[in-house]
Amino acid sequence: MTIGLPPYAEILRVSVEAEDGAPPVLLMPFADDVLGRPGFLHGGAISGLLEMAAIAALQHALEAEGAGSEARIKPVNVTVDFMRGGRDKPTRAAGVVTRLGNRVANVEATAWQDERDKPIAAARMNYLIMRD
Amino acid sequence: MAGFDPQWFATRGFGGHGAALGMRYHAHGDDWAELALPYDERLIGDPASGVIASGPIITMMDMATSLAIWIKRNAFVPHATLDLRVDYLRPATPGKTVIGRGECYRITRSIAFVRGQAHDGDPGDPLAHVAGTFMVVGDVAGMGLNRRIEA
Repeated sequence: MTIGLPPYAEILRVSVEAEDGAPPVLLMPFADDVLGRPGFLHGGAISGLLEMAAIAALQHALEAEGAGSEARIKPVNVTVDFMRGGRDKPTRAAGVVTRLGNRVANVEATAWQDERDKPIAAARMNYLIMRD
Repeated sequence: MAGFDPQWFATRGFGGHGAALGMRYHAHGDDWAELALPYDERLIGDPASGVIASGPIITMMDMATSLAIWIKRNAFVPHATLDLRVDYLRPATPGKTVIGRGECYRITRSIAFVRGQAHDGDPGDPLAHVAGTFMVVGDVAGMGLNRRIEA
């Protein structure tokens, strides 16, 4: 499958790094355009990356159950926890669909830099799924 | 550092991610600040509808609530976002500028509690609601803040 990234992804310079059967891993390079306080990533840029990873994981899960492109996704809310400052290095993010129901999906996403088990931020999201 | 002027802060440019999104100062009061995010096709999250992505709105609300904290502290004190929750009440209208209002309703030595709303013209018809916390980074005791904050 291919993940379609929106125009907003270009501001973050986000690309899909790996999607070999698993939920895609997104990659965001460090750049001035995603900077917050000097030397650190902006929390909003990290949040944007997390939301994209969550939606990519959800699209992946929907395709796996055959609903794919017919289903539309509406974000209900997001809660982001910031654990570590994002430093001058690439950031990766991936989502996990914890429950895919008929109308609602619960998705978690984490962002990390050096090691996947040392997240810099994590998000919990609820999505409404509109199936035609 | 005594005093904090959000308008002056904004004229220096938000730099980095805020500048990349085209974010601007809009208004402020004693414990609140408003920023504006003009519609821009580069911000689109859903090409089919032209609705902007939620990421830029989170960025604006993070910054508007940050400004509200510095206004309330009357000082620029570096802080980090601990957590931020956003409820998406409705999609932003394509073509319209989004206004983000951040308010700091409680402050302690280390933690600031914030809330805010975003709308695209009518404050009575908000498109997003946020709640979050920020934590002062670095040496809290050595910043001479205690008296001012606890007063």
